[in-house]
Amino acid sequence: MVLKIFFPQCCNKADSGLLVGHWLPGQDSAVVLAVIHYPFIPGQVKQYIHQVGCVGVGWKNEEAGGEGKTKEEKTGEEGDKVIFVHYEQRKVMLSQLHPTDPPVPLTQSTSELRQVFGTVSQSESLFFLDKYDDSPVKLTHWQSEGREGSIIVELMKQASTPVCLLTAWILVVCSLSVSVSRILNVFPLRFISSKLCSCVQLSYRTEHLQTVSSPTRATSHTDYMRKANIFMSFLLDVTLGLLLIYWLYRENRVGQLANALLPAADRVAKELEELLQWLMGAPAGLKMNRALDQVLGRFFLYHIHLWISYIHLMSPFIEMILWYVGLSACLGLTFALSLLSDIIALLTFHIYCFYVYGARLYCLKVYGLTSLWRLFRGRKWNVLRQRVDSCSYDMDQLFIGTLLFTILLFLLPTTALYYLVFTLLRMVVVMVQGVLQLTVDFINSFPLFALGLRVFRSYTLAEGVKFSVLCEEPGTPLHLMMDINPLKFSSVVQTYRTATYSCYPKDSWLALCKKLFLGELIYPWRHKTTKID
Amino acid sequence: MQNGEHFGMEDETYTDIDGKAISLECQSHSGFCREFTVSSAKVSISRVMVYTCAVWMTAYIIFFFTEVDHETLLVIGSLGVQVSSSYASGRESTDFIEMDKIKDIVINEAIHMQRVIYYLCILLKDPSDPSGVSSVVPLFQSSKPRLNCLVKVYRSCQEILAKC
Repeated sequence: MVLKIFFPQCCNKADSGLLVGHWLPGQDSAVVLAVIHYPFIPGQVKQYIHQVGCVGVGWKNEEAGGEGKTKEEKTGEEGDKVIFVHYEQRKVMLSQLHPTDPPVPLTQSTSELRQVFGTVSQSESLFFLDKYDDSPVKLTHWQSEGREGSIIVELMKQASTPVCLLTAWILVVCSLSVSVSRILNVFPLRFISSKLCSCVQLSYRTEHLQTVSSPTRATSHTDYMRKANIFMSFLLDVTLGLLLIYWLYRENRVGQLANALLPAADRVAKELEELLQWLMGAPAGLKMNRALDQVLGRFFLYHIHLWISYIHLMSPFIEMILWYVGLSACLGLTFALSLLSDIIALLTFHIYCFYVYGARLYCLKVYGLTSLWRLFRGRKWNVLRQRVDSCSYDMDQLFIGTLLFTILLFLLPTTALYYLVFTLLRMVVVMVQGVLQLTVDFINSFPLFALGLRVFRSYTLAEGVKFSVLCEEPGTPLHLMMDINPLKFSSVVQTYRTATYSCYPKDSWLALCKKLFLGELIYPWRHKTTKID
Repeated sequence: MQNGEHFGMEDETYTDIDGKAISLECQSHSGFCREFTVSSAKVSISRVMVYTCAVWMTAYIIFFFTEVDHETLLVIGSLGVQVSSSYASGRESTDFIEMDKIKDIVINEAIHMQRVIYYLCILLKDPSDPSGVSSVVPLFQSSKPRLNCLVKVYRSCQEILAKC
């Protein structure tokens, strides 16, 4: 059997002493964690080793510049091969092997690499003593030159607890006040707030802040990364929001926007009116049923007229409203974008209404037609059995049914055209809203911290390891260098994406086409009510 | 009118019947001799060169980032097998498979388009079924060596795998 010894690179140049490490269960390998130098008292060393839970390997490391040649004598079996795998202890200590499972005790069944990584990271207590500590046992390991620490990190750790407590308290107060106001009218407010993107986004962000500001420290790697990602995404959001505010308010762009809004709404209304006039004439050369055409056209024209009157009524307040809405971008760019999406939805409400009217009319017509077509052929829909059965009708039933069928059939093109036009308009608005929602989603879920870690400290997120052969001389054992193979960028994004209420297309293309054909109302973007990863 | 005098370019822009812009230049050589030149915009050769160079540079850059320079198979007995490909840009993509997961290294036959080819591959163990194969990792995908090369590598690998 080949004996594998994982040897830390920092101990290559150490003075001679005792090697301390672990045997890996089930594999023929040992992980060397540190070197205890001469002179030492064996009793104290035994006690220390027992305390930190390692195994003291009782062989000498005749170092000072050379490689330990006496290691092969340990097992005493002839013909044994030894492989030395050199690893950089600091990197292996700080890295996480992916896929990160919940930490299980290292048994025989876990893979060898996972056992190596697990052994090193679980031996933290061994690495506490550095060369400046006054202890009877002198060690060499990755931290023996002095324990690693950074002032910024320490300061942030100290500051984080009171900040977390403060944020949690603020959030509790806010949520209490919101829930108190909600008691007043429960149903309408809840329904409206579930439809408005900005309310959904706000609730989502409060949940995030609650996660981040919990005063308990993150125990597992996944929790830690999640908190860090949420925090970074929040920071990015707020920064972008503040930039947006700066840009908006610097040259009074808000005023310009408000002044441009009313003429824009007027123009949209005018275009719609022209469109309706075109439909009421002979659109694309098609001949419409004049009476129905006039009725529908006039109905929609009056609707537009009402809408424009309402907009004009609101015009003095628009600038003030926009000003305050712009200020709300300090809560984050995502909030501003979702507010924009809501404003677009409100401003194009008449298009939505037209679409609903057109769709309902068309839907009724199609259902009527299918039912009367069945009557035409002497069949009926059996509601009990959910199938089509033959049925004998009376003469007058047949007569009226045929009449109605003919009427509906010849009125179909007119209704279909109106339906088509308004559905297209509605699709345009839905696309715009969808793009905004996708941007918001992207900012919400993008794991900025994980990517930053991957770029600057690629060894922390490890997909696996790489080996390279160091020196090869006949007669000496094989020396390999074990490097960390970092996770690919796509895997980083996939693993550490924050769970979002992402909007995604509810139906496939085929289902969508079928719904369009039948005239059912379409809500193509659906918010997931429960978060998924 | 002096000799060789040009009429000033009038502010009126001229177009041909398709709408493309043309320019009119009137030159008066003498009182009874005038010359008119109508010229249309041409595609200058520098433009053509720039476009051609851009296309070739794009192709070269794509080649640079996707073309595989060499592929390596490192077999370490009782530790595992490392497969790595290095690209023309110097980037290396490595994958290490532990010995516990490896069932065997074999040469497989495959039908690819109109040919039958041989390729070397690693068979991975199925954790639920001890005698089954969960997946196949093909080796030397970009270089696609022939059977003689594969047999040499195969024999060498089998020597190491047999020992541990």
